[in-house]
Order: sequence, then structure tokens, then C-alpha cells
Amino acid sequence: MELAELKELADKEKAEQKPIRIRCCTAAGCLSSNSQAVQQALTDAVTTAGLADRVEVLPVGCMRLCCEGPLVQVDPDGAMYGKVDPGQAASIVGTLQGGQTEARVIDTNMPFFRDQVSIVLENSGRINPERIEDYLSVGGYQALLHVLREMTPNQVVETMTRSGLRGRGGAGYPTGVKWGLIAKQPATQKFVICNADEGDPGAFMDRSVLESDPHRVLEGMAIAAYAIGASQGFVYVRGEYPLAIHRLEIALRQARKMGVLGTQIFESPFNFRIDIRIGAGAFVCGEETALIGSIEGKRGTPRPRPPYPTESGLWQAPTLINNVETLANVAPIITRGAEWYASIGTAKSKGTKVFALAGKVRNTGLVEVPMGITLRKIVEEMGGGSPGGSIKAVQTGGPSGGCIPASALDTPVDYESLTALGSIMGSGGMIVMDDATKMVDVAKFFMEFCMDESCGKCVPCRAGTVQMYRLLARIVEGEATAADVAQLEALCDLVRNTSLCGLGQSAPNPVLSTLRYFREEYNALLQPAPPAPPPSNQRIPLPVARG
Amino acid sequence: MTDAHPSGDKRFKLLDASMKRYQFQPDALIEVLHKAQDLFGHLDHDLLLYIARNLKLPPSRVYGVATFYHLFSFTPKGEHTCLLCLGTACYVKGAAKLQATLEKQWDLKLGDTRSDGKMSLLGARCVGACGLAPVAVLDGKVSGNLNPEALLQLVKGWDGDGTR
Repeated sequence: MELAELKELADKEKAEQKPIRIRCCTAAGCLSSNSQAVQQALTDAVTTAGLADRVEVLPVGCMRLCCEGPLVQVDPDGAMYGKVDPGQAASIVGTLQGGQTEARVIDTNMPFFRDQVSIVLENSGRINPERIEDYLSVGGYQALLHVLREMTPNQVVETMTRSGLRGRGGAGYPTGVKWGLIAKQPATQKFVICNADEGDPGAFMDRSVLESDPHRVLEGMAIAAYAIGASQGFVYVRGEYPLAIHRLEIALRQARKMGVLGTQIFESPFNFRIDIRIGAGAFVCGEETALIGSIEGKRGTPRPRPPYPTESGLWQAPTLINNVETLANVAPIITRGAEWYASIGTAKSKGTKVFALAGKVRNTGLVEVPMGITLRKIVEEMGGGSPGGSIKAVQTGGPSGGCIPASALDTPVDYESLTALGSIMGSGGMIVMDDATKMVDVAKFFMEFCMDESCGKCVPCRAGTVQMYRLLARIVEGEATAADVAQLEALCDLVRNTSLCGLGQSAPNPVLSTLRYFREEYNALLQPAPPAPPPSNQRIPLPVARG
Repeated sequence: MTDAHPSGDKRFKLLDASMKRYQFQPDALIEVLHKAQDLFGHLDHDLLLYIARNLKLPPSRVYGVATFYHLFSFTPKGEHTCLLCLGTACYVKGAAKLQATLEKQWDLKLGDTRSDGKMSLLGARCVGACGLAPVAVLDGKVSGNLNPEALLQLVKGWDGDGTR
């Protein structure tokens, strides 16, 4: 297939689209609010109104404002309705004929929508994720074709490096550099793994991307495979995301049928096959060496690095592991160029980041914002602030991250600034906490999580998290003294510096950040120090061995 | 070749087909365990041994992998299951209250199945529906924006008359 043919397919698909399109969100959040019935009711209403020749109802992915689901948007005028009930379908269709609807109208000009910059989510909520034709109609797989026809693997790596894209899984390693390391390996067998084991509680960006635009991720994987010289890829996806798995399976089937994955892709010598591996509920499997173990059918325990997976990963072959969001950025970078991407964001953090906004905030859902935007803008303007009062803290990075106090909300969002605050960018969960949230409880909550999820391989993490949890429980119960807090801090230091993998190394972060910004809450729970024991001269000296 | 299971249970045939699709590769252990749990509801020792034999893996390896991952369960689940999301967003929005309410109402602890086999109360790390927090998955259906009263209303009837 040539570019012209691919474009022809896209044009044909566009020509077949009806002038008025009613889009209904069918991502997991809205589905659980009965959006399937809404979609059916809308389809029926269109038929009843006799508009079927120029109106179509299509199921799409996430439209972002999850708290108002099920969401429905009407093209081309863009009117959006929230909390739609199947009973309101007829009146929504009626508006196309000049009628009125009692459905709740969502202002698409509010900051939540207006301030977003869409790259990763540009097709999300616009196309039907279960049809490859829809993806082709928005230029899908043209980047892959361009890469195969016009670029050498080195040029692809070089483009990614120039774009300044950094890993969106949390650590922020430069993507182009990682690709370059693997491309240089002489091995004949290499692998690409898409890490979709989105384990951080409170993060649902990767789920949404996979449910809304799965082909974008597959295209990114194929481009990566071409750049590094791999012929086999895996998507490692959480078992808790059945819909994402279902849509990935559909996408893979369609891509193989269309010949954009498989052997001799676009009649080139490039072969690439992708398989899905389903996780089974282990947070530690987000760590790359544990993830590799899990794909090999073993317990997901990390191993010491080096050697890094870039040298010796899956079945000892050089392995590229990228997060879903990272891979979703690849195709637009190829299409629009590295310079375009590098023009967005800050000096060291380029492009956009998708955050999952949740907790005590008015507008919950997904926001994609340019790097460098302030936290205040995200939570107060776009998120609409806290419904119950003032914002106390914002938690980023899940159990590996920290709580950022309200006083630091003017910090720009980039990898370095968040690390300096004692938190991390993380995968993108952003949970807003208000005055009703007790910070010591939050620290205990995360420590319980890390304690349960510790794989048990190294002692500092296995035993340290348990001891830290017990200390925190004592503090919450009001039984602890200042000495316990001192011990907690000492343990934090020990676990952070001596654990084998990221889980243990970052487990103390929630404790350290709450101690740093909310120490008075700890102090308020402490018992007064016991009086010093009276000096006694009846101590028995311990025998000292002399050699 | 698989050794057919002596019980003649048809579900083993389906499991065999699944293992065959993975060409009895030991790497496919986790996929096979998923399939087995789908078919049987839980993994008992006999089933784990059967898988071990067919994938030519030591039983210790199969048992070790199965017990490592949270999604695998070794005891039968109740007729109804309530999976409470215990993620951060749900926590901030009061998931602990939901948990306490159900534990009291059903007189069981999170992770357990009641002795009469009517219901199981399970916890999840995060079901990824944080926009609707707090969330519970009742018999596979996600319900969001819950409070204790609303949740009790939804599970009314699991008990027969809603009381113990």
C-alpha cells in the first residue's frame, strides 16, 4: 500500500460520514453510567425522527469530563450534554430540527476544555475506537508508512531525540536516548513492550488512551520496533481493565487484516507482530524488570539493574519498554516534526502531559496540558477548585509520589520542579485533597498499599514497609511519641536508600512529603514524651569481651 | 498431547484448547491461569496440578506464580460479589465508610466470602473509574458516586430480604 492509497482510504471514509454526527462516550467511566443505553436511544431517536440519511450516532472514546458522564456531543456545532439519560435522547435529536432539550448542557468553553492542548488525546472522543477505518480517516498509520518509506531507523531515533520526548511512565528518561541505546545493540532478536500496567491508584490516563484510541499506541509501537530493529512486541495490560483489553484485541485483529501489522508491512521487508499479555494484579509489575518476569510467565519480582533491559531484557534480548502515553506521542512527532513538539513545554520537559484529575475537585476527568503549566491552573481553574472548601494538598505520582501543599500550587508542572517538591511527575494521577483529608491517614493509606504490594524479594522493602506502617498506625491511634516519629524518619531514609527497586525506593515518599509540609498534623497526634527514667546507680555493668 | 482430566468435566476441554493455542509454552502460564479462573471461578489444587503437568512445570512454580498475583483466587466466590475500589480517589471520597458499612451489614471482613456462600466482599487497588469515586463493582457492573445508603440500596436483595 502506498501513501496515496492510504489517503484515498481516509478520504473515502470521510466522504461516507454523515454531515451531522452525534458522538456518545463509551469509555469505561461513561459506560458504567449507562452510556450504552443512551447510544441506543439516540440511534432509535434518529431513526424515528427520519434523520437517518444525514445524522449518525457513533460510539467514541473518552470525552474527558468523567464526572458529568454519560457525555454526548453533537457535531458540527459542538453542543455537549452531560449526565444524559436515555429518556432525553429524543429531545437531543430534536434540537437538530429546532427543538428544545431538557438535557444538561455542558459549556465547552470553560477552562477545563479551553486550556487543554491535545496531542495524545486528539482522537479520543472523536473516533470510534473499534473501527480501524475511523483511525485511518484522521491520518492513522500514515506516520508508520512515512517512516518505512522515507526514513532510516537512525533518522527515526534522531527525530525522537530532537523532539525532547521523555518517558511518561514517571521516571522521565529521554525516549530517543533509550531507543538509540537499543538500536545500537548488535542482537538479532529484540522486543518492544508497551507498559500498560497502570497500577497507581488514581491514575486512569492509560486506560482511557487504550479504550479511546488503541491504534495510536499500536502505530507508536510499530515505529519504535522499526527504529530499534525489533520484530515482536507485547502490550502488558492490567487485568483490571477488561474494556481496554477488549478494544486492544479488536484493534490488533483489524490491524493485521489491514496489513499494517504482521509480515511485510506496507510491502516493506519490515515484520512486526504484537501480542497482548494480561497482568494479574501486582503493582510491582509496573517496574520494568518485574514486568519482564511476568511476561515470561514468572512471579513479578524485580532483579538488580544493570544489566538494564536495553541490553538484556525479555528472554535476555535487548528490550524497549515504553509507557502507553509515550508511545501515543510517537506518531504525531513523526507527522508534524520534532521541532513542532519541542516548541511545546519547558526547556527540559517537552510536549504535553495527560493528568487524571480526581478527588475533592469539581471537574474530574482527563486533562492534557502543556508542560510548565502551574498546578494551580490545573486544579483551580480547569478543575474548578474544591467543592467543599479550600484545597489543602494535591497528590501526584501515586504511592511513589508525594503530597504538594496548597502553598506550592504555583509550581510549574515539569519533571524537575515536582521532584524538588518531594513528589514526582509519576504516571499522571492527580488527586486533590481538601481540609477534611487527614494527611497522616493519607501517609498510612499509601504505606499500607506499599506493604501489601511489596514483592518480598529484598528485606528493606519487605520488612521496612511493615514497620513504617505500624509506626504510622500507632501515630494515627494517638499512641506514639516523638521518638516514634524519629524512628519513622530513620526508617524512611533506610528503605529509600537500600531497596532493590523503585517500589521500595519511593515507598517513603508519601511519608516524607507529609512530614515535610504537614508535620504539625503528626505532632498533634503525639503523646507527650515519657519522663526520663530516674538516674540509677544500681546498674549492672555488662561484661565486655576483651581479646 | 494433553492427558485428559479423569473427571470428564467439559471445562477441562476448553482449558486444553487454550493451552494448545499457546503450544503448551511455560511462558503462557499466567494466560492459562486467567483462562482457568474464567472457567472454574477459582483455582483449586487439582486444577493447578493439572496445569503444571500440561505445561511441564514443577507444581511449586505454578503455585508460586498463582499465589503471587492478587487476581487469582483459591476459594470459591459467593453468588454475588461486591468489589470495592480502595484507590486514592475513592479513599479521599470515603471508600472506608462503604467498607465499614458492608462489613457490618454482612458480618464479614474485606476479602472474605460469607459462610452461606451468598456474597463476597472484595477490594481492588483501583478500577480506574476515579472520576466517579467512590466506586464499587457489583457483580461486574460499576456503580459510582456512592454513599453508604446508596450502596446498601443496591445490594438489597442479595440477602433475600436485605437483612441478616
